[in-house]
Amino acid sequence: MSYFLLAVLVMTAVTYFTRAVPFLFFAKRQPPSLLGFLQKYLPPVVMVILVFASYKDIDYGAAPFGIPALVAGALTALLHFWKRNVLLSIVGGMALYMALIRVL
Amino acid sequence: MQDTHFRSGRKWHLGREWHLVLPAAFRASIPVLLGYTTLGLAFGLTLVAAGLPWWLSPVMAVFIFAGAAQFMAIGLLQSGAGLLEIALLTLLLNGRHAVYGLSLLGPFRSAGKWKPYLIFGLTDETYGLLTTVKAPPQVDQTKFFAAVTGLNQSYWVIGCTAGSLVGSALTFDTTGLNFALTALFIVLLVEQIRAVKEWEPYLAAAIACVIALAVSPRNFLLVALTIATGILALLRGKIEQRDKPRRDESGGAQESTEAGWPDRRGSAGSGA
Repeated sequence: MSYFLLAVLVMTAVTYFTRAVPFLFFAKRQPPSLLGFLQKYLPPVVMVILVFASYKDIDYGAAPFGIPALVAGALTALLHFWKRNVLLSIVGGMALYMALIRVL
Repeated sequence: MQDTHFRSGRKWHLGREWHLVLPAAFRASIPVLLGYTTLGLAFGLTLVAAGLPWWLSPVMAVFIFAGAAQFMAIGLLQSGAGLLEIALLTLLLNGRHAVYGLSLLGPFRSAGKWKPYLIFGLTDETYGLLTTVKAPPQVDQTKFFAAVTGLNQSYWVIGCTAGSLVGSALTFDTTGLNFALTALFIVLLVEQIRAVKEWEPYLAAAIACVIALAVSPRNFLLVALTIATGILALLRGKIEQRDKPRRDESGGAQESTEAGWPDRRGSAGSGA
């Protein structure tokens, strides 16, 4: 329990810090251009890594060979490219995944 | 921060002006109401499905109030990640917030006692609202901003709490519910693919993933993010050189994308 609370405390402090950075450091001077660069290009990097991380522990050597996660993930992406409705994409992908792991 | 959060409760007895402020702020925040309650619900369900205690969901919503970071934390807490690793990953994931405040330096200058809370509440969606909606003429802007931020957070807290309560009450087989997390990251990746057309960030991330998997699967996220950030910094000159003519073409006033966490156009669009 104390581990969870400590983790929340750490995340609270770090998140608040990131939001306070402009008010603390750049109220009077220009921010370094590297910050603007990272703000634009770091999010795609983070998302690729988080998606990869979600798939890295699956056992692709044994049935069902990771098929539920791969197919449901593809459906999620397709739904989101098509309709761009966050809830529809997540619920659709999740429903297919839950169905596939019970069938395959 | 605790202090500033509880302070928001005081608005209920601060006088008559709030009767004007709250309805206006509520109308402005309706798109976020839809987005935050549903995603908060998904967060609470996922957290409980991952085997974490239900109360963690409302506690995180009250104190952290950062969607993507909270979702990422589920996996980290489940695997017992170290505090330093949690801190660094939160920093990298929320690093995009570090420039949000720039366009709000002016408006927040006169915010007085509300300023710490307004800064605390600068999520992607709150930032999007505060930079686009205007306070009604007879209303104090700071109070309007505070009301919008407070309402947004209340939606998030309600969603997260309801999700974890429903999740712990569910009696049917919830195996597979944790795929919501994977699906969310895929959704956010699709949003990024729409917003960032350069291929270097994706290649850098893919290379970093493969290296991290080979070198240190245990600290995968941290190693991968560090390597990818390094590659990206090396390629910076090249990317910006190509980005520049494109920016001039589009009128030179290209705003940086903030499509990190459930992007405001996405969630706002589905609601409005």
